[in-house]
Amino acid sequence: MSVARLLWVGWRFHFKSLTLSGFFLITTVFGPALIATIAYYMFKTGQRPGTLFYASLGSAVYGIWSATLFGSGGALAWQRWQGTLEVVVSTPTPLLLIVLPLTLSTSSIGLYSLASTLIWGRVVFGIPFQIAHPLAFVVAVPATILGLGLLGVVLASTFILYRHANALSNMLEWPVLLVTGLLVPLSLLPGWSHPIAWVLAPTWGVRAIRGAALGGNPWPSTAVTLGLGLAYLVIGAVCLRYVELAARKQATLSLT
Amino acid sequence: MTGLRIFFIGGVTSYRALFNWLSPWIFVPTFLVAPIFQILLFVYIGRSAGVQSDEFYVIGNALQYAAIPCIFAMSNTIAGERFQQTLGYILATPAGRLPLFVGRSLPVIVNGMGVSAFALVVGGAIVGIHVPASSVGALALVIAISAFACTGLGLVSAAIGLLARDTATLNNIVFGLLLVFTGANVPLHELPGWMSTIAQGLPLTHGIEAARRLAEGASLSSVDRLVGAEALVGVLYAFVGYLFLTAMEWQSRNRATLERL
Repeated sequence: MSVARLLWVGWRFHFKSLTLSGFFLITTVFGPALIATIAYYMFKTGQRPGTLFYASLGSAVYGIWSATLFGSGGALAWQRWQGTLEVVVSTPTPLLLIVLPLTLSTSSIGLYSLASTLIWGRVVFGIPFQIAHPLAFVVAVPATILGLGLLGVVLASTFILYRHANALSNMLEWPVLLVTGLLVPLSLLPGWSHPIAWVLAPTWGVRAIRGAALGGNPWPSTAVTLGLGLAYLVIGAVCLRYVELAARKQATLSLT
Repeated sequence: MTGLRIFFIGGVTSYRALFNWLSPWIFVPTFLVAPIFQILLFVYIGRSAGVQSDEFYVIGNALQYAAIPCIFAMSNTIAGERFQQTLGYILATPAGRLPLFVGRSLPVIVNGMGVSAFALVVGGAIVGIHVPASSVGALALVIAISAFACTGLGLVSAAIGLLARDTATLNNIVFGLLLVFTGANVPLHELPGWMSTIAQGLPLTHGIEAARRLAEGASLSSVDRLVGAEALVGVLYAFVGYLFLTAMEWQSRNRATLERL
């Protein structure tokens, strides 16, 4: 019960806190709408208007990815900068239970990008918003958010090893957008990039959301998204434990 | 003579002290790797949409990426003084404001040129575009002028940074708008009229167009109006930025907001 309460309170606190951040609002609302705008014009020029809703959904998942990448990637680094990392680590609560609601909240604010991108596409470009399988859509969206939030645990626990986590986040934003097929079909990309796509939750998350919205069977992709999430949680927990122990042993916890 | 010293030495010193990306751990991922992936992303979206050539996206995004060093770094080299609590000392000196502020832009322009040129060469090599050897010199000139024009906009952003708190958010918005409006990925004639009209007054728009024509084999003299327009846009932004900076200095003295973080 106390674990559930901790997760809920932590998620709610970080969600509200991120909502008040201008940077994260720009990342989740403005950035995806901008990418969607460019994609709309490119697809319209190419006389492929049927792909506009496809691009819209891809841009929305990009917003979730972007928020997770910057929020979770810098999560521990920010705690370090603000001088709260030692306090957090020294509490009796396992570090994982403190980091988890944080990373889940970063992917959860991606809901803003989903809403804003779809509204932007509807209002400005007149893209019809029709969901083929509403129930599957309602399941696919939280599953994608959960999958990416758990990927955030891996990002949080590994980016801390790189002193300039923000630079790493900047570098990874476009490659993952490209390789996971959010805007470009995977079949157009080189074959060697496909295995990379398969182990990344956004690939399956966007497939699930598109399957639910455009028609198709979204359930296998939803299941893979959740399965990958579980794997991320295990990997993240191990990495977090390793990083925490190493930082305690070497007394590098508070170094900025 | 003192003005020249402030312009060159002051500019280089502030660049070394306040340019947060000088560490290779930041410089390489941010300025060398990220623009290549931006190019690849739009090349593949273009292929998927069945529009434009690879060359279109390589040139557009290579030049547009100069906005990252030019806008972010320019505003950082001034807003960074406030963050370090040294702005008051600098503005208390009798140094001329023109060499003081504009001198900081020179290393930023060189940086922006380097980033654009690297992205163009490496991105072009990966995708496999061909640029005639005779166009290389003219392209370098266009890249330099585009970086200068973009730094002019960075100067305006730096001035706003003296009043606003969060320059990073502002600069992200500016970068995003340049990605859409300058024709880096969508030809201006495909954009609505009001957007292409605004684009005429933005840095990079004319530079990108000139670079594309040069890459197709046009001579420098045939794009001189575009190059001139890009330079004019740069001069106007630099002038407005300088006026803004002096006005903001007065304002921040008046309201005692000089050191507000």
